[in-house]
Amino acid sequence: MEYRLRIPIPESDVRKLKIGDIVYVTGTMVTARDQAHRRALALHKEGKPIPIDLRGGVVFHCGPVVKKKDGGWEIVAAGPTTSTRMELFQAEFIEAFRPSIIVGKGGMGPRTAEAMKKFGAVYCDFTGGAAVLAAKAVESVRGVEWFELGIPEAMWILEVKDFGPLLVTIDSHGNSHHANVAKIVEENRPKIYSMLGITSK
Amino acid sequence: MVDAKLVEDLAVDLLRLAAIELPSDVKGALEKARGQESSDIAKANLDAILENIRLAESMKRPVCQDTGLIVFFLNVGHDFGSVKGVPEAIAKGTKRATEEIPLRPNAVHPITRKNSGDNTGAYVPILNWSYVEGDYLEITAFPKGGGSENMTFFSMVKPGEGIAGIKKFVIDSVISSGGQPCPPTIIGVGVGGTADLAMKLAKKCLLRPIGQRHSDPEIAKLEEELLKAINSTGIGPMGLGGNITSLDVHVDYAHCHTASLPVAVNTQCWAARRATARIYKDGSVEILSHRR
Ligand code: SF4
Repeated sequence: MEYRLRIPIPESDVRKLKIGDIVYVTGTMVTARDQAHRRALALHKEGKPIPIDLRGGVVFHCGPVVKKKDGGWEIVAAGPTTSTRMELFQAEFIEAFRPSIIVGKGGMGPRTAEAMKKFGAVYCDFTGGAAVLAAKAVESVRGVEWFELGIPEAMWILEVKDFGPLLVTIDSHGNSHHANVAKIVEENRPKIYSMLGITSK
Repeated sequence: MVDAKLVEDLAVDLLRLAAIELPSDVKGALEKARGQESSDIAKANLDAILENIRLAESMKRPVCQDTGLIVFFLNVGHDFGSVKGVPEAIAKGTKRATEEIPLRPNAVHPITRKNSGDNTGAYVPILNWSYVEGDYLEITAFPKGGGSENMTFFSMVKPGEGIAGIKKFVIDSVISSGGQPCPPTIIGVGVGGTADLAMKLAKKCLLRPIGQRHSDPEIAKLEEELLKAINSTGIGPMGLGGNITSLDVHVDYAHCHTASLPVAVNTQCWAARRATARIYKDGSVEILSHRR
């Protein structure tokens, strides 16, 4: 199935999504990598607000290439970064801020999948490295927070239109496309060992 | 003596060329891979990659937002003359390229994680020097993405395990990498030498064009066997399942101590960026990697 969703995305819409579905989103989206996750959680612990309400929002694991333009910013290239680095923070982050879609590459671990099931969120893969394709969906940069973390690690607040195709790979029902692929690869391993004359120990 | 400004300008040009336009062997291999996939998900990912490559070229933008840690390979011809001032010129070119292209500033202090802001820092840009016959200085810009560089593996395999031990280490490395290095990848394998040399060979292998086999037929056979095995894993583009996990495997070797068998694996992503040019003694410049 293909869906076009508007941010903020209500939980009832998120729960409909299944692994293998394609999603395009429109609205305000933020980028966050390791350091932005760390900072957001630290603020939350101190009972302080973060700069933007993420309820129903979309969080993109991305450190963009940016350019100054007419007193503002332009996103030049913005593909996803490897999401497993955020596994350390993601479950707590979902619980604290309740985003509906996490976008990245490579999938995430069981703790994140569990939090997605509990709080109603999904993980989507955007083709790794397809940075110009992603940047094309960014209509404007609404702002940048925590700029002192450096351009890649700062939180960029972006207005996007039909950002996608996003492939749902972890849904809110406990299914993971990555786990399914990993299973196939494991099943292939013995065959590959024998192809290569490896006696597996 | 080489004109420092010429080297600086060439460093900027090579970084721009590398960042924006993939070499034709890489583009061709990705197109071929698209034809070899059957699942919708694998095809969709390769379509996104190919569309992205076209957009990057037409919009003159970096093909991936991770414009890499800046690495150069330099081959100095014995008859070229002095290379005094070249490292400084390349560092200057790197800073300019970061602003002009622009590139993402990626170089951070390893402990404090403070970003230098201009892609330079301690030992960065990384310069790899070799000496060759000839009257030229050959410079290759090789910006290396973090996602694929993180998928680097090293093992002191037991010599008694022999070639099966090498193969197992390579295939296990690729399987454990999964989708993280943005497959379809290119796998560089360095066998033998000391630990550092094995690693260097693994990285240097990635400069070799896709489809070019090692001159030693035994090593060439090993490359082909490993490629076939890797593409039987089912990892596929982006690790989302499919037939093409790697576009090629390149192996190189060095003699090693009789007690050891070092094996290094260095991974390159589909955004396999490199750009090479020569500066001749007479000051003329020739771009080798891209047709102009
Ligand atoms: S691994 Fe390569 S293609 Fe993927 S995000 Fe990093 S640099 Fe880009």
